[in-house]
Amino acid sequence: MEAQAPSHVQSSWAYLTIFAALVVLTGTTVGAALAPLGHWHIPVALLIAAGKAILIYLFFMHGLESGRLVWLIVMGALLCLSILLSFTLADYRSRPDDSHLRGLRSAACEQCRTTSG
Amino acid sequence: MTTATVEPRPQMREPRPRGRIDYLNVDFGARSWLLTTDHKRIAILYLVSITLMFIVGGLFAVLIRLELATPPGDLVSADTYNRLFTMHGVVMLFFFLIPVIPSVLGNFLVPLMIGAKDLAFPRLNLASWYVYMTGALVALWAMLAGGVDTGWTFYTPFSTRSSHSYVIGTAVGVLILGFSSILTALNFVVTIHRMRAPGLTWFRLPLFIWSTYATSLIILLGTPVITVTLLLLAAERLLGIGIFDPRLGGDPILFQHLFWFYSHPAVYIMVLPAMGVVSELVTTFSRKTIFGYHFVAFASIAIAVLGFLVWGHHMFVSGQSVYASLIFSFLSYLVAVPSAIKVFNWTATLHKGSVAFQTPLLYAFGFIALFTIGGLTGLVLAATAVDVHVHDTYFVVAHFHYIMVGGTVMAYMGGLHYWWPKMTGRMYPEGWAKLGALIIFVGFNLTFFPQFVLGYQGMPRRYHEYAPEFQVLNVMSSAGATILGAGYALPMFYFLWSLRSGKEAGPNPWGATGLEWATSSPPPPHNFETTPTVTLPPYIYSRKEADVVG
Amino acid sequence: MLSANLVKPGVLPGALPHEAPATQEPLASQFADLYQQREVATLGMWVFLATEILFFGGPLTAYAIYGGRFSDDFVAASERLSVPLGALNTVVLLGSSLTVALAVRAARLGQFRSVSLLVLATIVLGVVFLGIKALEYSHDYAEGLIPGIRFTAEWRPGVEARHAELFFFFYFFLTLLHAVHMLVGLAAWAVLLLRTLRGRFSVRWNAPIEVAGLYWHFVDVVWVFLFPLLYLLRH
Repeated sequence: MEAQAPSHVQSSWAYLTIFAALVVLTGTTVGAALAPLGHWHIPVALLIAAGKAILIYLFFMHGLESGRLVWLIVMGALLCLSILLSFTLADYRSRPDDSHLRGLRSAACEQCRTTSG
Repeated sequence: MTTATVEPRPQMREPRPRGRIDYLNVDFGARSWLLTTDHKRIAILYLVSITLMFIVGGLFAVLIRLELATPPGDLVSADTYNRLFTMHGVVMLFFFLIPVIPSVLGNFLVPLMIGAKDLAFPRLNLASWYVYMTGALVALWAMLAGGVDTGWTFYTPFSTRSSHSYVIGTAVGVLILGFSSILTALNFVVTIHRMRAPGLTWFRLPLFIWSTYATSLIILLGTPVITVTLLLLAAERLLGIGIFDPRLGGDPILFQHLFWFYSHPAVYIMVLPAMGVVSELVTTFSRKTIFGYHFVAFASIAIAVLGFLVWGHHMFVSGQSVYASLIFSFLSYLVAVPSAIKVFNWTATLHKGSVAFQTPLLYAFGFIALFTIGGLTGLVLAATAVDVHVHDTYFVVAHFHYIMVGGTVMAYMGGLHYWWPKMTGRMYPEGWAKLGALIIFVGFNLTFFPQFVLGYQGMPRRYHEYAPEFQVLNVMSSAGATILGAGYALPMFYFLWSLRSGKEAGPNPWGATGLEWATSSPPPPHNFETTPTVTLPPYIYSRKEADVVG
Repeated sequence: MLSANLVKPGVLPGALPHEAPATQEPLASQFADLYQQREVATLGMWVFLATEILFFGGPLTAYAIYGGRFSDDFVAASERLSVPLGALNTVVLLGSSLTVALAVRAARLGQFRSVSLLVLATIVLGVVFLGIKALEYSHDYAEGLIPGIRFTAEWRPGVEARHAELFFFFYFFLTLLHAVHMLVGLAAWAVLLLRTLRGRFSVRWNAPIEVAGLYWHFVDVVWVFLFPLLYLLRH
């Protein structure tokens, strides 16, 4: 068995570089929010956030040097979360458009309010 | 291919002379139990507390069946009845069925089966029992204060707007219980990964370990969602914000999505460990290795994964999109595949085995038969069109009782009989036990089979009165419940009797393989005198089988 | 052979022969050696973090659904939050992650004076984060943005108050959940700081610092997602 102690120690500068990159990405995400991106705001913001998360995972949390098992655990949890998100969103996206009903409902509400009032 | 020196079973030791130190007599007094970090003692703590919760839940069931013995609502009011079936569901599901096999049998057996001295985090393990007790006491307090009437599903907006019962107290109890499950599951996953004895590779693990592992994955990934959903529910009820309330812009179906994302997989939390127990029982009492070890092992993982993809089949009539319903329906059929693999492999294991009809195997037979009925009626319910007809009828009630009581409780009873000699060092009385198994099987079927018919004829669930034409079947069901209750009471008596007067068991009364049988009964505080080394797959019962794998 | 000796200090439970006793975290009796104990500790934290992903995933799913349904009201409500304070807090938290990463590095190298200073810096940054958060909350209270307790949507005509309230509910729910995690982390760092000062850790045994570091980085990652999703919703 090999000595495990200072198995993989990066230089302090490596960590400082990662931190600088994270700060730059924070600035980018704020800048992107001000830019006229329309519907692309959230995808771009999530993309930048994912990039930051990957940096933190790989370097700060030593994702690079930890074994396959840790990677499996993280991916498993993310897969599970994506199931929750995608199946639930799929239900909402595939429901028939009932906005006309919503209008009717609020009209009916108005009516009952005025008649009772 | 080494063949000559294969020892068919792990090495057995002679029973130690009287006066030996085991985990039960190493220390005495309440303090030594309440502050223990020994997984075996914690398993006993769980055994006692979970049995008490089972009795509480059973008392609610008694009152329900008494009310339903006659068509009019004459024993309790509709409101009381709502509280009774809700509390029956909450106690039985969250405080009995979900923790029972992992926390009692799993806690006792996981370290023993993998040749470890204890779980990876013994103090966390004790903490999980205290968390369980806290959750149980909070829920019991809410019940004594007035109970809860929402159904165990806590559906909004009734639970947040209309219900005048102790919704938040009960929800907090369930939420706390969730943390207990998570701690236990985390302990199991880490222990199974990192604490196995030398030579105990993944494919040498007993199938109970595989199913416990799969169960733990579900607990870890599902439970946090219900925890946070119940927090949202409590916030909505306290603050009056429309998270799930359509009048305020919320969506009640979202609650159902989040709720069932955990609560459907929770069914597999209940039944997967039961399947693990049955795998152990079937091999031991047919004296054969399991048929298709890899298939049974991976079926557990497959069930765990597929279990997360089918929750929408609870919501076919809720207003969920029909397209989502179709996909959920299709995926629900897929779960039948790994479940059927297990049933077929158990059957094939029994084929041409030298079958010994001891009590644990009788319970395993009960499990296989009743789980098959429960599973097949599940397919009926997964069909979108049929579900509209039988949704919220007694057909559903009968279906899930076949899975949970016929499946999980049967396997738990079988496992408890099987490992009782290991846990206590004493044999239970075989004759009485066989009688008990028979009574439970008869009582169970008499209770719940009529409910399939009732449901198909259209009797809705959750009403305290019903049309007179349903009375005959309801009386049968209530009579069956009486028999079932007697069947559950009997083992409690003879198990207690056996503690003092049962025959000495010896380390391996069944002649079973598996590391838990390689140590004395009851095991010493640190399980093994020397860490065992494993050289063979599990369930090697004959020289021939040893040759095949050797 | 010397290195093997270092890794497996003693097969006897609890016994660490020929070692300076002051720097030892006792080996728990269920483990064979410190190496196994460390592996178990980090794996346990990773498994716990997996459940945490789902824990935050539940409310985020609900937020995604309502954000899609009431996007105009949610954007209007999001614009009420202070982007400068949010961005500042992001940098503060990222900075605390940096100090944690450096603390873990120093622990691996056995520089325990640096460890205690870096952990102290982490605690300070964490408290600053919570302080800024409290400042934001007090602004929200003054402006009547507390859902269910004190809420108005008069700041922008045409905004459906209930939907804006829903946004602020999720804002408070998620940030409070995050703040609770911060508090747990701060408590852990306080304990570890004391233990470091008492010389409980060594080159061979510093797993608690590493494990607490994993937790802290995860809490940081959560904020990395919460910041744009809550503060930066725009059209």
